[in-house]
Amino acid sequence: MTFYTDPAFFVLLAIAVLPAIGLGIAGKPLRLYGFCVSVVFLGFLFSKDLKSLAAFIFYLVLSTAVTMVYLRLRGRENPPKAAYPIALVAVLAPLIVYKVGAVFDQNILGFLGISYITFKAAQVVLEIHDGLIKEFSPLDYLYTLVFFPSFTSGPILRSRAFVEDIHTVLPRGEYIDLLRASALRFVVGAFYKFVCSSLFSIAMWAVPRAIGTSTAAKVALGQVGEAWAYALFLFFDFAGYSLMAVGVGGVLGVHVPQNFRAPFLSVDIKDFWNRWHISLSWWLRDYVFMRVVRIIRRKKLLKSRLAASCAGYVVNMTLMGLWHGITPNYFVYGVYHGVLLSLNEVFQKSAFYKRHKDSRAFKVCSWFVTMNLVVFGMALFSGQVHIG
Amino acid sequence: MEEKLLDIIAEVCDSDDVRAERDVDLFAAGLLDSMGAIDLLVEIEDEFGVVIAPTELEREDMNTVNKIIARVQERL
Repeated sequence: MTFYTDPAFFVLLAIAVLPAIGLGIAGKPLRLYGFCVSVVFLGFLFSKDLKSLAAFIFYLVLSTAVTMVYLRLRGRENPPKAAYPIALVAVLAPLIVYKVGAVFDQNILGFLGISYITFKAAQVVLEIHDGLIKEFSPLDYLYTLVFFPSFTSGPILRSRAFVEDIHTVLPRGEYIDLLRASALRFVVGAFYKFVCSSLFSIAMWAVPRAIGTSTAAKVALGQVGEAWAYALFLFFDFAGYSLMAVGVGGVLGVHVPQNFRAPFLSVDIKDFWNRWHISLSWWLRDYVFMRVVRIIRRKKLLKSRLAASCAGYVVNMTLMGLWHGITPNYFVYGVYHGVLLSLNEVFQKSAFYKRHKDSRAFKVCSWFVTMNLVVFGMALFSGQVHIG
Repeated sequence: MEEKLLDIIAEVCDSDDVRAERDVDLFAAGLLDSMGAIDLLVEIEDEFGVVIAPTELEREDMNTVNKIIARVQERL
């Protein structure tokens, strides 16, 4: 059963939300119910694929064991130095093994949702290290990992906010407000995914055909049209899914973070990453970029702050590309955005930028350039541009 | 310490106005963005040895000069 696609999913969802709404309106805790429902849904998700189910259970056992042991060690007066790298490697290893295996057409340790569950597990280890997570009950930890609305494709939850939500019993009025907002998000999401994204997927083949291929200019124009249609298809498909996940999460009393904020209004590439797949780019910002920049600065590898940020961007975005899969296209997609963010950073330090940034004409030009860079990036991402 | 911190904030925000207007919301005024905030945390760590994890504070906890000074002083 595929989440948010199969009719069976929606039927099951309709049944599952009713008791949740009843509990929520009655002002009762939703935590245990949400956990049980999540287990049932994941049971359906993996019911036809026992190999995936085994890999999933292996991941849960491994990450829970490692995290609970690390949490206890970190609480000691002198935690062993090796504990942090070992714990971090342990929760990342299955994803890395799976991604490398995929290069050789092997499915080792893989299951639907592994990319996203790894973010959550890694975040917990990193924040235990930072001293921000001092306690975590095994049941809450498992619920964080298996929470079904955002299990397959995010948005990526932050464990501390999640735990706070599941332990908060909303008063009736507040729950009803959340329910209303959630229902609206779900409906808008469904409209995005099933109406808008379908229209643009049709446009992807219709536009180049309508333009024709009689001259080289027409071929090029057709490709640009196809790239734009793909970008809009991807947005409506992913933003639609994300909105539905936010909606379902809300019914269970959880504020799932928003994943998109009008990305086609971005005026520069940094602005774009604050509006597109936000839960991913903010995760990378907080847990990769920040750490990379800090290491570079602390070890004095690069003198200037600007150079350190640029290096941070390139490492950060290359990793982002490879996280999608170890292929030439994803790699180039990541490097491309790392370089764009760096160039943007350099450009925004220039006197020219500072003089013109508030003028309307500059903003329009900047928006236009950004959009075309973004759409070209998505053509790299999708493989429309052939590499290797 | 306050002077040194003001220098850092002025450099990261690229504006000397921050020295005078210490209760202005730096994010709302466009002087600081998420990446700038990270630069700021790195600079604070370098200068004062105060480690603030990037996910430790909400934006509202460090969006003005006075709040940033308060956060650093708490930890010195």
